[in-house]
Amino acid sequence: MILKMQHIEKSFSGVRVLDDVYFDLRPSEVHVLAGENGAGKTTLIKILAGVHSEYKGEIYFEGNLVKFKSPHDAADKGISVIHQEMSLINSMTVADNIFLGREMTRSGLWMDYRSQYEKAQVLLKQLGIKINLSQYIGDYPLSVRQMIEITKALVYDARIIIMDEPTSALNDIEVSQLFEMIKDLKKRGCSIIYISHRLEEIYRIGDRISVLRDGKYIGSSTIQDLSPAQLIQWMVGREIREQFPERSPTIGEERLKVKHFFLPDLSGAKKWTVEDISLSLRAGEIIGIAGLQGSGKSELLNGLFGSYGKMAEGKIWLDGEPFKVHSPRNSIEQGLVLLTNDRKGTGLVLNMNIARNISLASLKAFSPWGWIQSQREEEVADKHVKLLDIRARSQQQEVNTLSGGNQQKVILAKWLETRPKVLFLDEPTLGVDVGAKHDIYNLMNQWTAQGLAILLITSELPELLAMSDRIIVMHRGKITAEFSQKEATQEKIVQAAMGMTSS
Amino acid sequence: MKAKSTLKRKSSPTTGWLQSPFIRALAALLFVLALGALFNAEGAFFKWNTHRDMFRHISVFAILACGMTLVIITAGIDLSVGSILGFTAVLFSIFCIHQGWSPWIAAPVCILAGAACGAASGGLVARFKIQPFIATLAMMVFARGLAKWVSGGQKISTAVLQPDGNYRYVEVPPIFNSLNSKILNQNVAVVTLIFLACIFICWIILAKLRWGRYIYAVGGNEEAARLSGIPVTAIKLFAYGLSGLFSAVAGICQAAQELQGDPEAGMTYELTAIAIVVIGGTNLMGGRGGIGLTFIGAMTIGYLEKILSINAVGEASRLMLTGAIIIGAVLFQKARK
Repeated sequence: MILKMQHIEKSFSGVRVLDDVYFDLRPSEVHVLAGENGAGKTTLIKILAGVHSEYKGEIYFEGNLVKFKSPHDAADKGISVIHQEMSLINSMTVADNIFLGREMTRSGLWMDYRSQYEKAQVLLKQLGIKINLSQYIGDYPLSVRQMIEITKALVYDARIIIMDEPTSALNDIEVSQLFEMIKDLKKRGCSIIYISHRLEEIYRIGDRISVLRDGKYIGSSTIQDLSPAQLIQWMVGREIREQFPERSPTIGEERLKVKHFFLPDLSGAKKWTVEDISLSLRAGEIIGIAGLQGSGKSELLNGLFGSYGKMAEGKIWLDGEPFKVHSPRNSIEQGLVLLTNDRKGTGLVLNMNIARNISLASLKAFSPWGWIQSQREEEVADKHVKLLDIRARSQQQEVNTLSGGNQQKVILAKWLETRPKVLFLDEPTLGVDVGAKHDIYNLMNQWTAQGLAILLITSELPELLAMSDRIIVMHRGKITAEFSQKEATQEKIVQAAMGMTSS
Repeated sequence: MKAKSTLKRKSSPTTGWLQSPFIRALAALLFVLALGALFNAEGAFFKWNTHRDMFRHISVFAILACGMTLVIITAGIDLSVGSILGFTAVLFSIFCIHQGWSPWIAAPVCILAGAACGAASGGLVARFKIQPFIATLAMMVFARGLAKWVSGGQKISTAVLQPDGNYRYVEVPPIFNSLNSKILNQNVAVVTLIFLACIFICWIILAKLRWGRYIYAVGGNEEAARLSGIPVTAIKLFAYGLSGLFSAVAGICQAAQELQGDPEAGMTYELTAIAIVVIGGTNLMGGRGGIGLTFIGAMTIGYLEKILSINAVGEASRLMLTGAIIIGAVLFQKARK
């Protein structure tokens, strides 16, 4: 046993996110840590990596009771994390990156570039990576950068390497390369903690598996002894019944039709981010799109909306008329709008007030000859503040002072004022409190009753099941399953989202 | 995971009115005015002529600051305003003094030339995604070159060099004198009125027009603006183009004040213009600020220089004091966070 964590408990501002969690790790094994979003995997990993130094419980590392004070401390003792967002510096060379923070020096002052170069070459040769050490790391694709990140861990003499969703940005070939490397690492005596949502990978690379759910330890098993069905049950567990309003849709004419829609990879890799998607959305209908991170569901909505300009390929009809993806501006004019999943980054102008954010996308209607009619603007803002129950001192309040739910309602009001036909909602209830969530569900029902059509992305499965009339599941850019509301279950969706087509 | 969102930032305990950038800008101005009242140079500070001359002196800088404000609100910067001023001052002098054009033709041509220079750097920023600092730095060098090219490196004055090597003296065009005059019983300089007109135009744009609102939106969150259907590229072209336009207006005023077109005119003026905008309280990160703040900022800088000069503070101390006071004012503005 190289690592044993027991009775781990951690709270954030009164909310317990880890409760009596157990985890152990044997030498030279790949131990999968599984669980839904919010189960506590990342928190547990951060405790182990020294990011959170305040916690209850004990960690035994190589038989000794330890407490890591900082990420640097943990790294010094041999625990390395391969981050989802990489910690490499793109403007530095491969060799410099490998030794970043661990530079080889002569008398502690002069950089010893030659020794660094030689040692890096030995390491890369052992790992079978062919790469030019004096090239900038930013010139290499993501997959190579990830391998360099792992090489960096070896410079630190890592005993434990933690990989958090390492394949989310890789294509199939690159995944195979990564798995070869993981086998090499095992031979060198490294143990690996592997976090992934992808069932097929878990079964391909894992030796043992532990599952967390809602901050609690559910159990551990060797991979062979845990069937996929059982694993999903461990992960999803009891049915979480939240309050959703009753939905009784009246489905009308076809509003949006998509045929063979493709979107190339945005970082320039040779693969499709969204591949051959066809769907049909009717008036009054909500279609839910399920999928894991990297499944291409957000990119699908953004691509259709025109966030990426004319990169997309495929045929689209809006209310029977051919629709060409061109730009957000054009889509809005045609009646197709997108609520993005990052309201602070791409939804709101944070230092503008409520009224101005609401009118932002439809300002033309308030400004004949370019001259803004402030009174009409305020009236419209008032109308939406009442209609959507936006809680604020006044409509002159800057939106950065609002709660998440109210901010989301401001964005919804902005899009509603453009009088859309089709509404794309990407995680509309992300970080929104229960009351506002309920309001948003009710609004969705109201709007669809008025003939609007909605494409909904949400990573909360109960919400998806309750609000969607049909559910499409995406995996690696493709649709892997489609369910009617009656057929759909959490288990079926999770399976399809992990790329297992047969149940 | 959810930890970050629960770490809410406490709102500042400062009371409402002190948080208003307008009040803070005014406070800085009042502080400078109080200094003036204290060090009044035996009453000189209380004479209207002192104030009139302050306004007259700061006007050209403040006109540059008008365009600068628009650009800074888009989260950009325009280093080329001083050079465009020099270029258009030369151009205007050539047209009016040498060619004898009517100012009604010369002025619009110069203003268009300035706007074209501004729009060119705006295009580099908006279309080719070149950083504003770099794009306008290039324009700063380029427009200075233009100024020297059209003037042949010579000051364009009423002494016109003839092909035979002698000078021919021409009359000062009446437009120069009228721009350089004072009206209302010699109480207000004409350039000051032009400055006030520029402030008014910018106020209309920023507070009343849709494109002004878009300027704020682009500076506040460019991506959100783009996804809301705002023509970001056109808005940036508009802002930089206007900055060039105002630079040309300043250039015409400068030529009139100097009674000549000096290809070296306007060197380092961009820095004063930026100082005026920043001391007014418009945020260099974009999205926040306004032309009223710039108006106050212009007075603050103007009075500061005036007070130092009527007290006969030497240039060395004057520069050092100005630098220190700018930092003081900016720290004061930042204190609200």
